[in-house]
Amino acid sequence: MLDILFYVFAAIVLVSALLMVVSPNAVNGAMCMIVSFVGTAALFVLLEAYFLAILQVLVYAGAVMVLFLFIIMLLDVDKSEGSYFKDKLTLGAAIIGFALVAILVCSAFAGANHLPEPGLMPVLENPTGEGVGIPFTTSSKSFGYSLFSKYMLPFQVTGFLLLAAMIGVIVVSKKHEENS
Amino acid sequence: MTVGLNAFLLVSGLLFAIGLLGVILRKNTLVIYMSLELMLNAVNLALVAFSRYNGTMDGNLFVFFIITVAAAEVALGLAIIVALFRRRQSVMVDQLNALSR
Repeated sequence: MLDILFYVFAAIVLVSALLMVVSPNAVNGAMCMIVSFVGTAALFVLLEAYFLAILQVLVYAGAVMVLFLFIIMLLDVDKSEGSYFKDKLTLGAAIIGFALVAILVCSAFAGANHLPEPGLMPVLENPTGEGVGIPFTTSSKSFGYSLFSKYMLPFQVTGFLLLAAMIGVIVVSKKHEENS
Repeated sequence: MTVGLNAFLLVSGLLFAIGLLGVILRKNTLVIYMSLELMLNAVNLALVAFSRYNGTMDGNLFVFFIITVAAAEVALGLAIIVALFRRRQSVMVDQLNALSR
């Protein structure tokens, strides 16, 4: 049952991502992108990362894509003339590059001599906070444990990065006086 | 679930390849930017799969940080694109070629 769900959601993610890349209208592309993000959240649920699945829907499919749609509609860039792709040479190069990466990925992860396949680890329902590593749990409590013990410095740096981004956005989007 | 790690990595790698295709192929800066987000998302999927099959929480924490950084990056990048549009009245990369002339 879960295998069928995996194949269905993987197909949804890949097809909608491809539709985003080839769709001529940027708004349609953003809609396909939202479908792709929600499909990724479903794959996260299959991997039992429930907290990250909710975060993916809230942050990516919610905040980020709403910002993208807002900017696409604000700038109204779809009325430009000409092709939506670059010239023929770039088209050929892009397709050859895509094919090479796809062949690499398929030969590494599928087929006869793929990489070794580890089995599923048991999942703890509740973290203890003891031991050397942080075991994989389904509860979001372990995020709190990790963020305030092992990942304290990255947590602080990320907070500072958010502050810097906020100030940067304000500075960049401010209208400059032309005579300055 | 009998689906193994390799299947998730295959999906993640193909998603990354599609994002790369979009970055190279498209003219519209906003679509290029969305393709970049797609590539970040593919890496997120690979990290969560590694975390689940390794039995540790570190991959999930990395994805947490990546989502935070990506949100900040999107806000700043879109502000830069809006400033660019104000100055040049276009976001198509084939018209933003002042350095190549």
